[in-house]
Amino acid sequence: MPNTEVTIGSLKLKNPVLTASGTFGYGDEVKELVDGSKLGGIITKSLSLKPRDGNAPNRIVETSGGMLNSIGLANIGVRAFIEQKLPYLRELDTVIIANIAASTLDEYCEVLSLLEHENGIDGYEINVSCPNVKEGGLNFGTNCDMIAEITRRLRPLTTKPLIIKLTPNVTHIADFARSAELAGADAISCVNTFVGMAIDIRTKKPKLSTVTGGLSGPAIKPLALAKVYEASQAVNIPVIGIGGIMTWEDAIEFLLAGATAIQVGTANFIDPTAGVKIADGIKSYCEKSNIASVTELIGALDAKRDNSILSSWL
Amino acid sequence: MMLHTICPVTSVEHVGPNIIVIGFRSPEIAASANAGQFLNIKVNETFQPLFRRPFSVYHVEEETVKIIFQVFGLGTQSLVAKQLGESVDVLGPLGHGFRVDDNFETALLVGGGLGVAPLPLLTRQLSGKKNIATFLGARTKEQIVPSFLENIQTATDDASLGFKGTVVSLLDNYLKVHQVRKPKIFACGPNVMLNALGELAQRRNIPCEVSLETTMACGIGICQGCPVERVQQEKKYSLCCKEGPVFDVQTIIFPNAQH
Repeated sequence: MPNTEVTIGSLKLKNPVLTASGTFGYGDEVKELVDGSKLGGIITKSLSLKPRDGNAPNRIVETSGGMLNSIGLANIGVRAFIEQKLPYLRELDTVIIANIAASTLDEYCEVLSLLEHENGIDGYEINVSCPNVKEGGLNFGTNCDMIAEITRRLRPLTTKPLIIKLTPNVTHIADFARSAELAGADAISCVNTFVGMAIDIRTKKPKLSTVTGGLSGPAIKPLALAKVYEASQAVNIPVIGIGGIMTWEDAIEFLLAGATAIQVGTANFIDPTAGVKIADGIKSYCEKSNIASVTELIGALDAKRDNSILSSWL
Repeated sequence: MMLHTICPVTSVEHVGPNIIVIGFRSPEIAASANAGQFLNIKVNETFQPLFRRPFSVYHVEEETVKIIFQVFGLGTQSLVAKQLGESVDVLGPLGHGFRVDDNFETALLVGGGLGVAPLPLLTRQLSGKKNIATFLGARTKEQIVPSFLENIQTATDDASLGFKGTVVSLLDNYLKVHQVRKPKIFACGPNVMLNALGELAQRRNIPCEVSLETTMACGIGICQGCPVERVQQEKKYSLCCKEGPVFDVQTIIFPNAQH
């Protein structure tokens, strides 16, 4: 029986599969369909200090192999989350990571502090990279100094793992990964959605109310994989791979590229049990390949780094 | 109780120009589906198209559930290509259906085009218990699908069948000449039709529930992709998939429409 356990900072995940923020709700919405305890962990929907309505419709568009979204961090707010959603999540036998979004540095700190007083949260993922909100979001995520500042401000507030979720919408993601690492992050999530756009040629209007949105799904997998490879070459902290992972085969690719764990996002919308199926698939792959521990796969890509054009800026 | 189940295709019927009714065997969904609820269907085993496709439950016969759709894009093309015995991956029944209670005696069922979809099951639920009058509207008579319905009147844009004009005008005219005991309107169709129907319902002080069609991804409330704007509610939006697709028409704001 292969060991599927992986470690993110002080967190031990029973398998490397997490649900990506905003793609598994608060967990309770899918309890009739999927046993969350079979996942390595659940990352909550982004939590903000105050409830957020989210953006006006139209919020989603299907593209070729992709999903373009402009949800706008709709959520019930951190206090309602603690009262209404956390009790259910506490019952699950899996790691619970709270994703935090904010418009200001102080807000990030306040949300984390509120959660820090509650049992049941095992770590934090900091969303500095949402492409669909005007305040915070990409403004923070595309500035290395800001990423360092957010990390430095949050670091003393918790001993639990602090994960910084990076945007791919930068030239050299390695620089941003290093900024997070140097400022004290325990891990980075790599990557959030790519900025994308779709136009209705009949009306000559954008299909999303916010004109542009975040692209996810199978269409972005090769792009995300390259970002994970680049980031994992640049830092010594774990990289959590995200981007178009639909199957266990996709997950193995991300592990080989250097991810310690992976997040399943858009796939949950098509099959809420996708994460569990991917975890089972990784385990079977290890069994059939005589791999004793899934950690043997992490960064085990058989490639000469110097052959990559990325190496020139690493 | 929503189910995630693999259902064999039991029937494929062409009932109009590019209008198809497909039946799936699912005893559990057939036993539990209410009128106005929907199924979110994975049309093939690939990721093209990526999303599931939502369809109102059209009808239920013993252990079979039926949907109706017009072949339009990649999703519906994949569905219509299904052979008997092939299977589809179904999430359902999802959402909240029409509310059937003791507060009305006459059900006025209104369907625009393939907005007829949830009405047969509703008819089955109401038949023998309430008075039913059904109003169907479409551009032409070929697009009228009158199956499993009762006491039907029709309206077509081109006058090829019934009243020439909109189904909302047809209903308005009906209400002018008929005394209807404790009516309630149940409707599904294009937003422009539902918005006009809401104005009629408000003018005549008739309760009116409408089943909305929106772009959806998950169908179960996790993607937050199907917001419906609400009138003076605690929150600005409700999710069509989870808090709908059926809403009291007076509580929602249609896109580009103001109450």
